[in-house]
Amino acid sequence: MLELKNLCFGVESEDSTKEIIRDVSFTVPDEKFVVITGPNGGGKSTLARLIMGIEKPSAGRIYLNGEDITELGITERAKLGISFALQQPVRFKGIHVVDLLRLASGNQKLSVSDACEYLSAVGLCARDYINREVNASLSGGEMKRIEIATVLARGTTLSVFDEPEAGIDLWSFQSLIQVFENMQKRSHASILIISHQERILEIADSIILIADGQVRGQGSKEEMLPELMKSTVPVTCNRILEGGVKNAD
Amino acid sequence: MLTEIQKQLLKEIADLHKVPEGAYNIRANGAAAGRNSTANIEISSKTDKPGIDIRIKPGTKNESVHIPVVLSESGLKEIVYNDFFVGDDCDVVIVAGCGISNCGDQDSAHDGVHCFYIGKNAKVKYVEKHYGEGTGRGKRIMNPRTEVNLGEGSSMEMEMVQIKGVDDTKRDTVAKLEKGARLVVHERLLTHGDQKAESGYTVELNGENSSADVVSRSVAKEQSYQIYRSRIVGNALSNGHTECDAIIMDKARVVAIPELEANDLDSALVHEAAIGKIAGDQIIKLMTLGLTEAEAEEQIINGFLR
Ligand SMILES: Nc1ncnc2c1ncn2[C@@H]1O[C@H](COP(=O)(O)OP(=O)(O)OP(=O)(O)O)[C@@H](O)[C@H]1O
Ligand SMILES: [Mg+2]
Repeated sequence: MLELKNLCFGVESEDSTKEIIRDVSFTVPDEKFVVITGPNGGGKSTLARLIMGIEKPSAGRIYLNGEDITELGITERAKLGISFALQQPVRFKGIHVVDLLRLASGNQKLSVSDACEYLSAVGLCARDYINREVNASLSGGEMKRIEIATVLARGTTLSVFDEPEAGIDLWSFQSLIQVFENMQKRSHASILIISHQERILEIADSIILIADGQVRGQGSKEEMLPELMKSTVPVTCNRILEGGVKNAD
Repeated sequence: MLTEIQKQLLKEIADLHKVPEGAYNIRANGAAAGRNSTANIEISSKTDKPGIDIRIKPGTKNESVHIPVVLSESGLKEIVYNDFFVGDDCDVVIVAGCGISNCGDQDSAHDGVHCFYIGKNAKVKYVEKHYGEGTGRGKRIMNPRTEVNLGEGSSMEMEMVQIKGVDDTKRDTVAKLEKGARLVVHERLLTHGDQKAESGYTVELNGENSSADVVSRSVAKEQSYQIYRSRIVGNALSNGHTECDAIIMDKARVVAIPELEANDLDSALVHEAAIGKIAGDQIIKLMTLGLTEAEAEEQIINGFLR
């Protein structure tokens, strides 16, 4: 279980401080699938970075399974069981996909066939990718899938995904959702996903709306979805897009 | 014959666990420690100066020559001249390399002067590894000079590797390419401590449709210092590309000096150079997988130099 209590974060600019996260509190209970949504620039990625320890909050506390992890670094949080798929995956010269999966799994001897399973799970033809370099030659969507595969390989209790669907073609969407559902079936695994996608919101146990660095709404999908459909631009856009695809097939 | 230290050095520079197959010449502490010629590859000592001639018969395919050099005596300094005559239509692998173990207080140095004469349509893969070890105050010094003459339609792929241990190195490589010839160079270099490495390439694209791709990847740690110079001269319709990609750490310094000279309207020459520290987001990403910062750096460097 992850708990954020009165979290604040700001960045200094010239002579003023810009508050990016303002007094945010919420909980991601065990075995739950929580989705954060909200307008661009609202502070969602910043929240994920605070949870992973990449940024330090100016006030507030973060608890993982009751333990205060606010002062812990990235490595320590990773070891305690948090994993994070970045909105913009990082590329490396000379590091191969299989290396990254081995590092993620914490098992340097992870067999190629086991590593391949993680790739297959995210819809990549494993043989073609396992020995590819994680460099600029991979496409954006391929990078996003590999990023998700590293989180699968970690198998931690809390997995945070920042817009995992971005760049992934709509035809693969259903299997991506399957990936999250399978992850959740593992005992005690909880998932926090940042997403603008209606189909991901639809499988959430609860939805948190973040705008302007604040929690603007929180509740079950039954409570939140009708509200979101009425008001938010990004979600409406996605509906139109999806309608188009459905008509196409 | 070979001591344990020398065997260890051989393993480092040539991945050799025992006497190699095919043709070989092992030089240990300035003397011949083993030689084997084959039906197609003849190795003979030079009579006028230290060194060997390696003659590979035209049409020789899928054969290899190993010519490792190991120095385990402190204070030894030598200059060795090796000439390679590769016949037309050959397809061969040549593995050179030098390992110095210096536990004494005097400098040890090996300067290898290698000259290649590569026949028409021949294909050569050349691997050269440098390695140094030892606890003494004496330096481990290597100053290789390589000259490559690529005949019509021939190609050469050079892999130059120096990972740690060599205190002072000045590498000079000069290549001349005839019609349709191709040269590919992959240099990988890691310096640390107070090491100094200088590496220079001059490639002359003399023949029509000749091409060269010279790529260096290097990491400079601690107080070490590297200079990379690459000069590509296009004298005919030709293609040249050179790239220097360096990671600096700690207080290290790296200088990259590109030089392109086009003397023909149809020569296309490109240079790319990038020097910088390890990207912060790369370290962060590996830390989110549970690695410490130091472990993350190590993984990034190992990959980069692979
Ligand atoms: N280091 C920084 N310096 C200045 N501004 C920053 C910094 N980091 C984030 N911001 C700002 O904070 C706000 C929140 O950014 P964040 O990336 O968290 O948004 P987001 O909700 O993830 O948006 P998106 O949906 O576009 O991914 C943005 O206005 C951004 O420009
Ligand atoms: Mg974001």
